[in-house]
Amino acid sequence: MTSRLFKTGTGKYIILLFTAGVFVVPLYMTLITAIKDPKDINLLTVWIPPGYININGFIEAIYKLGPNFKNSLILTVSATIISSLIGSINGYIFSKKRFPGSDIVFMFFIFGMFIPYEIILIPLFQMTKQLGLYGSIWGLVLAHVVYGIPIVTLLFRNYYDQIDNSILESAVIDGAGFVSLFYRIFLPLSIPCFVVVGIWQFTQIWNEFLWGVCLTKQESNPITVGLAKLAGGEAVKWNEPMAGAIIASLPVIFIFIVAGKYFIRGLLSGSIKE
Amino acid sequence: MKIKKDYIISIVVILPSVILLGIFVYGFILNTVFVSLTDWGKGAGLKINPVINFVGFANYSDLFTSIIWQRFRQDMVNAVFYWLFILSGSLILGFFLAVLLDRYPRGESFFRTLFLYPFALSFIVTGTIWRWLFAPNGGFNVLPTLIKLPRIEFLWMSSRTSILNFNWQDIPLIITVFISLILFFVILRLIILKKNEIKLIIYSILFIIFFISFFIELFFAPPMINLKEMHGFNLASIGIIIAAVWQYSGYTMALYLAGLRGLPVSLYEAAKIDGASDMKFYLKIAIPNLWPITLSAIIIISHISLKIFALIFAMAGTDNAGTSHPSVLMYLTTFRANNFAFGASIAVLLLILSSLFTIPYLIYLYKQRTK
Amino acid sequence: MIKKFLTLFFVLFISLFLLLFYGCKKAESGRISQGIEKVKLTDEMPKGNLEIYSWWAGDEGPALESLISLYKSKYPDVTVINATVTGGSGVNAKAVLKTRMLGGDVPDSFQVHAGQELIGTWVAAERMLDLTPLYQSEKWMDVFPKDLIKLLGTKDGIWSVPVNIHRSNVMWYIPDNLKKWNIEVPKTIDNFFKAAEALKAKNIIPLALGENWTVNHLWESVALGVLGADKYDKLWRGELSWTGSDVVKVWETFGKVLSYTNKDSASLSWQQATDLVVNGKAAFNIMGDWASGYMSTTLKLKPGVDYNWAPSFGNSGVFMFLADSFGYPKGAKNPAAIIEWLKICGSKEGQDAFNPLKGSISSRKDSELSKYNDYAKSASKDFQSNRIVGSLTHGVVANEGFMNDFSTVMELFLKSMDPIKAANACQAIAIQNGMAK
Repeated sequence: MTSRLFKTGTGKYIILLFTAGVFVVPLYMTLITAIKDPKDINLLTVWIPPGYININGFIEAIYKLGPNFKNSLILTVSATIISSLIGSINGYIFSKKRFPGSDIVFMFFIFGMFIPYEIILIPLFQMTKQLGLYGSIWGLVLAHVVYGIPIVTLLFRNYYDQIDNSILESAVIDGAGFVSLFYRIFLPLSIPCFVVVGIWQFTQIWNEFLWGVCLTKQESNPITVGLAKLAGGEAVKWNEPMAGAIIASLPVIFIFIVAGKYFIRGLLSGSIKE
Repeated sequence: MKIKKDYIISIVVILPSVILLGIFVYGFILNTVFVSLTDWGKGAGLKINPVINFVGFANYSDLFTSIIWQRFRQDMVNAVFYWLFILSGSLILGFFLAVLLDRYPRGESFFRTLFLYPFALSFIVTGTIWRWLFAPNGGFNVLPTLIKLPRIEFLWMSSRTSILNFNWQDIPLIITVFISLILFFVILRLIILKKNEIKLIIYSILFIIFFISFFIELFFAPPMINLKEMHGFNLASIGIIIAAVWQYSGYTMALYLAGLRGLPVSLYEAAKIDGASDMKFYLKIAIPNLWPITLSAIIIISHISLKIFALIFAMAGTDNAGTSHPSVLMYLTTFRANNFAFGASIAVLLLILSSLFTIPYLIYLYKQRTK
Repeated sequence: MIKKFLTLFFVLFISLFLLLFYGCKKAESGRISQGIEKVKLTDEMPKGNLEIYSWWAGDEGPALESLISLYKSKYPDVTVINATVTGGSGVNAKAVLKTRMLGGDVPDSFQVHAGQELIGTWVAAERMLDLTPLYQSEKWMDVFPKDLIKLLGTKDGIWSVPVNIHRSNVMWYIPDNLKKWNIEVPKTIDNFFKAAEALKAKNIIPLALGENWTVNHLWESVALGVLGADKYDKLWRGELSWTGSDVVKVWETFGKVLSYTNKDSASLSWQQATDLVVNGKAAFNIMGDWASGYMSTTLKLKPGVDYNWAPSFGNSGVFMFLADSFGYPKGAKNPAAIIEWLKICGSKEGQDAFNPLKGSISSRKDSELSKYNDYAKSASKDFQSNRIVGSLTHGVVANEGFMNDFSTVMELFLKSMDPIKAANACQAIAIQNGMAK
């Protein structure tokens, strides 16, 4: 291994820091607005940090968003787990257990990623209502699971495509059946992919708004709806929604910090074709 | 016998998902197509048993020709530009960031998290922040004055300037020229490769048909609409595009980073022996080798560019025509104007527009599999 | 282990399908009657749940809370569910309400702008109950102004109870600044143009403007100024042609007014437009009287001293109103509780609790003025004495279809600045939405 392989020049650092600076601008703004006094928030002074720190925004936001936060956790965790499980099974079949016509079926799965989500609101509402799931968090779980199937299946199939068929063949010779193959070999092998899919689904579901507002009632509103309420009045105290935004992003950022390394690793093992 | 049993298990296991998607995706699409062919929403559309008449393709022809629906036509143009710029922006910036982080600079994990974090945020509120950043008399425009430079005068999302304008009347003409050109190159390729004469003949006939229709349209056909109507790329949407690229380039960075690190070291060493610089290595060797990654990034970012609705909603509001998207118009038409049939028509056209890009991808995927 | 896993998977799916099957069978039957129906008054003591649906959150929340707590103190047996949906200046609330109504999940009472926004959508769909018996039993026919009742109802009945009155045609300014710049408050449109020229010479924005809907908001003031109250009313009754010279003149004048506004308007919220006036960057701002609430509560300015107001130029003697109201949708489940709720919405006690917090005035002629601030006192006086007309942007005079399409026409105009084209497009949308022949 040459020394140059791991060298990073000063020029590169300058570019890196500069880009990081640009990326951080909106975060900076969220943060300083969150600690301002509402009457000091106006367009002319957006860049300027406040003279003193006012944490009332955070106190109010925590108080108001508490129940929504809990709802969102239940929603996101359960929908993410269910859809990843379904996706891994589907992906396994489309990759390793193909049946006549499975590629066509797969095409139809993927196409489902591209429907305009706003227009299906009316039928979606009627469907959840008829299922008796309207109003609670579970209707929303159903919607996220169903509409998550295409992309989750795609990610898992791509991942399983990388796994060499020779593993499969040797296992078949060992006498493993359909189910045990999946359970004993693919499930353990697919932990990295679960991390990738999990992160993807978690962020998407955590941040979704329109369905949350249409399919749940007051007491089971997810956090995005709560946030919109903070920001939705005629004369808004902007420090509250900004503080709320920071609180709402904590779980996702936490996951990125904890699982970030596995995220890259999972993508790595999943997306390169030999 | 064993194989057949496997087939049955596969089908049984996949069946629930098929049924769910059949109802929730294809059932709903059919429902929308049906609604789009009616006049549901005129007058008292919210009645318990509204009077709904079948009107055929009248809504569609209205959308393409009536003066009131000028905004729809601009929105379709916007949708194409949004897709194009958000996609290329996130791919290029993502690759650039990945190259910066590829060789484990100091603080790599910090930077990586930083670039990924926009992906974690909801636009409900960060949309507001972006709105302030692009406010003409605050935000980015006054940033240079902090270091005593003249301020920027660009109006961002309030801008009404558009570039790359074309006349809506010319749309059929443009499409014909476009298809003719593609056919021309296909024929050229077939001639050079000297194979498959039947294909050559078919393509040549098609080409001649399109070529002739080009002249017919140019000189004889009546224009689609009476007035000259210019559409183009609205500079107002630049702000939205920047925000979207900011949010999603972290994801493409992660993809490319994974890809770069997965490249065999031998590739790099071979390039070094050939005397290639770092730059040359990334451009000439890494990019072609990362093609599968680019492909999956394209499909995911395209999927996301359909969700641009939330971003526009939060950043520019629903009535800012310069930054609008068919999904926004569809939402307004359906839920504010109670015009369910037109809303459904817009949705169907949006779906067709995105199919123009996704179906070739799906066919490509399919061919790869069956090879 | 393997079997367990598979079983789990299938149990999950099978239960889902059973639910689906069961759900489809239980589909909503035609529980809601069609045609016109009057409300039936009862003396029953209300109990159970009462769901109030609105888009009031944030700063408007406390006003609604005050009404609800008044209700709770009277009827402790009722559980009030305060369902709010926010975002997109009420668009999300409308979307959710419409999906819910179409899906057969009717809230007990919902907030709606009084006038055509309610009539054109929900009354036309025969989804509301006629409240005339309630108006008679509560003697509201006498306490609400006649002009107001006329705009709330149709020939078939009265459809909602207005809980407040906002004024739309108000022009805000900072008196100290005007003195400094030596500018009089313009009473007529020509006066405004003169003042605007003088201000422009001093490099001050004559009129601060915000995003799209505030442009429509400005338009209605200009239209009223150019047409006068009689012709303005005629326009909405379909008796004045949209393509006639009068309306073309409205668009011409409006185009000229726009030339005196800030260029970055489309990216400013209405608060930020008001900020321009407060900061001395602009001289005037035409906005509804919620701007007073913003300046007095959030910015802590003193009404009449730190900031002041006048009717929009050319609008003297006319009060352009909008009102939030609550109605009684058919199919709502708790009649006794809803009727008591509507009574409180229309009562003196309820309105005088709600309006000082909301920054609006009472829709009754007999409200307790001592509870209100100086701005509200002056607005109440005007409301009693002025000619009353309805707002376009806030749903009084035009149905939702027209309002939506009008925004599109406005965008056309802002791009082309062509009065004739705009007038023609208006005619087209008026026909499309059944407001002209």
